[in-house]
Amino acid sequence: MDKIKGHPESLGKKIQERNKKEKVWWKYTVSLVIFVIYLLPIYVLVVMSFKEKTDFSSRLLLPDYLYLDNYIKALKEGGFLNALKNTCFVTALTVGIIVILGCMAAYPLSRNRSRLNSIIKSICMGVMMIPSLSILVGVYTEIVSMNGVNCFWPVIVIGAAFGLPTAILLYSNFINSIPSSLDEAAALDGASPFKTFWHVILPQLKPVTATLVIQQGVGAWNNFVYPSYFLQKPAKYTLVLLIRQYFGTADSGSNLNGAAAVAILSTLPIVVLYIFMQKYFIQGQIDGAVK
Amino acid sequence: MKKRKILQNLMYLPALGLMIAFIVYPLFRGFLYSFYKWNGYSQNMTFVGFKNYLDMMGNQFFRIAFWNTVLYAVFSTLLQEVLGIAFALFLNSRFKGRIAVRTVIYLPVIISALLIGYMMTFLFQYHYGVFNEILQWFGMEPIDWLRDPGRGRLIISLVTGWHYTGSSMIIFMAGLQNIPDMYIEAAKLDGATKWQLFSRITLPLLQPAVASTVLLNMVGGLKIYDSIVSLTNGGPVQKTNSLSTLISYTYFTSEKAGYASAIGMFQFVFIFIISFFINRYFAGKEVEY
Repeated sequence: MDKIKGHPESLGKKIQERNKKEKVWWKYTVSLVIFVIYLLPIYVLVVMSFKEKTDFSSRLLLPDYLYLDNYIKALKEGGFLNALKNTCFVTALTVGIIVILGCMAAYPLSRNRSRLNSIIKSICMGVMMIPSLSILVGVYTEIVSMNGVNCFWPVIVIGAAFGLPTAILLYSNFINSIPSSLDEAAALDGASPFKTFWHVILPQLKPVTATLVIQQGVGAWNNFVYPSYFLQKPAKYTLVLLIRQYFGTADSGSNLNGAAAVAILSTLPIVVLYIFMQKYFIQGQIDGAVK
Repeated sequence: MKKRKILQNLMYLPALGLMIAFIVYPLFRGFLYSFYKWNGYSQNMTFVGFKNYLDMMGNQFFRIAFWNTVLYAVFSTLLQEVLGIAFALFLNSRFKGRIAVRTVIYLPVIISALLIGYMMTFLFQYHYGVFNEILQWFGMEPIDWLRDPGRGRLIISLVTGWHYTGSSMIIFMAGLQNIPDMYIEAAKLDGATKWQLFSRITLPLLQPAVASTVLLNMVGGLKIYDSIVSLTNGGPVQKTNSLSTLISYTYFTSEKAGYASAIGMFQFVFIFIISFFINRYFAGKEVEY
């Protein structure tokens, strides 16, 4: 009895297992194709960065010699470290302003549902749609009249202004989920609105803040449009502008390999952050899409 | 309590002030400039009424840039929608290493568009470019990929689609998580084929994700700037410009600030109208379950 009963069952199991294996094979093939499509450009960049300028061998092949000069030069010549410093400065201030002004603005906008405030909220959402190039002439002439060319502040305030709508949106969605009975209790105890915000609301905003810092930080780090107009002196370059300088002069047959090394050094901090804090990057992407 | 609310409202003034000073006010300034003939720095400004707008409509470089922008936006959005859903469905099934695949697909999203463009030129360059090398393996003639306007446009759209597919994929993955299993199970019990399952159950229920990604990708595509600078810089002969790169070129190279403002206003209104219609189209299609 046992044998007869057991036989078809184990056969079934075997077939199931084989099916499973075949299914998995299909998935690994697709994964491999995806890896090639998505990593090829990055791989070529890495290969280029480890080759001599005079090495015109296939860009698909790693060099058979160890060559680090592109990196050493990039670090030694100072342009890179200076640009790194500038980028950190601009990014930190931009993100700082976005976070502080963003959560401050979101609090009244989500708690006081007056007519005025809903108009203000739609202004914020409208600002989100204004393309940065549409206002190019207006903003450039404005900054010139304020003597802001070759200063960091225009890049910081314009970057912050463009980041604020998203921050306000994310923060007010989150504050909506905090019961308002908490603030009312604080108000009854005689706390001012600012105190209530500081002690009741702010401590709860940590997770959104983390997402926002990452999302806006990456945006500020990679920002190109306005830095390229306002930071014209090489001493004021951010990393993205340094990359453009390296590649831009490379058209006439000069140092693409050096450019590759600078590009990798400039992107590495973000990539490392991404690999270790992927959760926040993904969350930022999801939160940003929910209206 | 009223006083308290007024006090609370003070808290949005700094943010509002910053947005008005550096986005709304410049927009208004640009609107005024668009009625003037001006080189951008001299004292001479001549009021010309709607001339800049009329010139724009008749100008071939504007028309090229306009249709390019539409092409970049539509083509890259299509790519991101189709691949985004496909990748999300693929990664929604359980297998070892799916997190690694997700990590790799999303990786380009965090890299600057300017650098993405430069990285791609390593593949598309005429001399030593990877794609020409591959063509030569098969004994084919190398192609000057980026110096031909048609191919240049195609490459810009493809690169943009490739760059941001990861962000659509993430939104679709979140959307798939929100679909209750019971609908799928019920349809399976009723003997639905895989295609029916996808087209009748999964896709309609993914509608909110489709709506937000289409809006995000279209608006992003209509603003495209950085990657064009690094891939073709608008060339050859201004044939791969988008509205954004045309504005920059018109202002700084041709020194026509009034005319550049007019293009800017057009771009703003155009994007506004397109997003309005996208929102309306999807609002009418909301499914309830």
